[in-house]
Amino acid sequence: MLNGSSPIIKCSGLCKTYDTGRNRVEAVRGLDLEVHSGECFGLLGPNGAGKTTTVEILEGLLAPTSGSVEVLGMRWGAGGDRALRQQIGITLQETRLNDKLTVVEVVTLFRSFYRRGLDPAGVIEAVSLQEKRKARVEKLSGGQRQRLAVACALVGDPQLLFLDEPTTGLDPQSRREIWAIVRRHQARGRTTLITTHYMDEAERLCDRVAVVDHGKIIALGTPSELIARLGGGHVVEFAVNRQDLPLELGRVSDIPGIESACRQRDGFLLTVSAPHLAIPRLLERLNEWNYELNRLTTRHASLEDVFVSLTGRHIEDDGGDSASVGPGHAGHAVATE
Amino acid sequence: MEYHALKELWLCRVRQFYREPEAVFWTYVFPLIMIVGLGIAFRNRPAERIAVDVVKSDGSADAMAALSPPVADGFDVEVRRRIDCRERLRLGKTSIVVDVTDEGYVYRYDPTRPESVSARARVDDALQRAAGRTDPVAASDHLVMEPGSRYIDFLVPGLLGMNLMGGGLWGIGYVTVDMRVRKLLKRLVASPMRRSDFLLSLVGGRLIFTVPEVAVVLGAGVLLFDIMITGRVASVMAVALLGACSFSGIGLLVACRARRLETVTGLMNVIMLPMWLLSGIFFSYERFPAWLHPFIKALPLTQLNDALRAVILEGESLPSQWFALLYLTVMGTGCFCLALRWFRWN
Repeated sequence: MLNGSSPIIKCSGLCKTYDTGRNRVEAVRGLDLEVHSGECFGLLGPNGAGKTTTVEILEGLLAPTSGSVEVLGMRWGAGGDRALRQQIGITLQETRLNDKLTVVEVVTLFRSFYRRGLDPAGVIEAVSLQEKRKARVEKLSGGQRQRLAVACALVGDPQLLFLDEPTTGLDPQSRREIWAIVRRHQARGRTTLITTHYMDEAERLCDRVAVVDHGKIIALGTPSELIARLGGGHVVEFAVNRQDLPLELGRVSDIPGIESACRQRDGFLLTVSAPHLAIPRLLERLNEWNYELNRLTTRHASLEDVFVSLTGRHIEDDGGDSASVGPGHAGHAVATE
Repeated sequence: MEYHALKELWLCRVRQFYREPEAVFWTYVFPLIMIVGLGIAFRNRPAERIAVDVVKSDGSADAMAALSPPVADGFDVEVRRRIDCRERLRLGKTSIVVDVTDEGYVYRYDPTRPESVSARARVDDALQRAAGRTDPVAASDHLVMEPGSRYIDFLVPGLLGMNLMGGGLWGIGYVTVDMRVRKLLKRLVASPMRRSDFLLSLVGGRLIFTVPEVAVVLGAGVLLFDIMITGRVASVMAVALLGACSFSGIGLLVACRARRLETVTGLMNVIMLPMWLLSGIFFSYERFPAWLHPFIKALPLTQLNDALRAVILEGESLPSQWFALLYLTVMGTGCFCLALRWFRWN
């Protein structure tokens, strides 16, 4: 898509079913994907959507129940696994490294697995751990450990880098440092596949994004394409004093500028192309219906809104982790009660 | 700069070990404590003296004289009132109570207490001789106290073998499962690391840790208990290293599938228990019935202990121990290959 070359990753009809006696869990249900050379591709979705299963199948760590996978033109289990591993770098969702070893020892160990690669000292500097190079892994903070994990993935100078939830649980500063590392990797013309449930991370880093839900891709495109598909570039969220407001698109669709409407946990979400026209009319309408406004916010539409409009759920609803929506919703309240 | 994966893995294993104080303790300090403790418990003591109470009566002075030097030796005799004697017997302060009656001597003792039974025989013997008994056949004692044939001499090679077994199984099996549980293995197999390199590095690590281990155990034996190593030290070390390798292979096999530390701990105990009991660590397996011997000799620790004793105590050469060494090699290599084949990396 970005260029005419054959895809770096190609998978089709990917399915993974876990059979745990009584329970049958379909983690991935027919997933098709192409990642092209030089792009940063994001798998975006809530916890439990099947992102990690998908990525571990692509990494050759899990065998798919059905479907085909091609990575760098090779298939896993066809005899060339070690040659393939020479060309990819991986961070697992939770990369544990040996607590008793120092940063430089860990990176050197991983360097020794690769025929060709980067100088460990250079990689440690690239992930800003040079001051910690003699520190043991057990003494590192969460963000430093994650950067060390990325260093282990980068030290083989991979064509293709897999990052599974690289910034989950990290502070904003550490997240930005990880993003900078990924951007530098991209700038060298290399390919990255990243999974995340942070919408802002996907918007900032990824050339293309696949939104994954319940083991399937429900939307695919560049972040701006996906947001444009909502129809309106703005989002209006509001809540009223009573729960019985029957708001379907039909009842507000005549208001100019409103493209879609849906109910949320504690209010309503509208995608709007012209907020300056739509908001006054909406307030009038609520007044006519005798509802009092408790909350009203407006902001630019984000990938989060794409997910909500596709599934009716917020991305954090599934994860049970209210912190899972990262910072970056550049919203501003225009009115509260 | 050249990087060599096996060397780096091995270096990391060694660093990991010596940075873990607990591992160092169990490998080096614990065996030392054990050998000192057991050595003291089983050291050769001067012959135990026998506590004898004589009930105060007309004949008690004669009995006391018959049990005291210069007539007899080895008894601590006291003359007391009957009630005191019985109380002391009940509390175990004396082994036997002698009552001098008109009909002769009456011995009061508990037949379930071995020292009382032996006291009865010795006391009776002394009293009968004092009364004029003569032995029809002359008998003399030759006491075995010299280094080389004491219990501690038997024990030290057995403890060394036991440590090599424990180190191989725990040091490899436990560490492997721990790495699996913490998903370290998963990260390693996501890299192009050769899997055999990883397993070999564990065995190689064990080899390095074995050298000081052997030195600690044998050194303690030599310095504290005058153990004499009659064979060549290099031969002892060679047998020990081969044993360590062999048990490392077994440890890898035990740990190759386990997903939980509890599982591997249980498996390890199941494997080690028969060897603790049967392989001649604390006493010779010759004491077991003959039909059990082929099974006992099939246990790798039996082979290792036999070879260690032969080299340390009897000064045997390595070639003379070829069967045990071959057996350990085959056992270790076979287990290693099976482990490599069945190993669960995820």
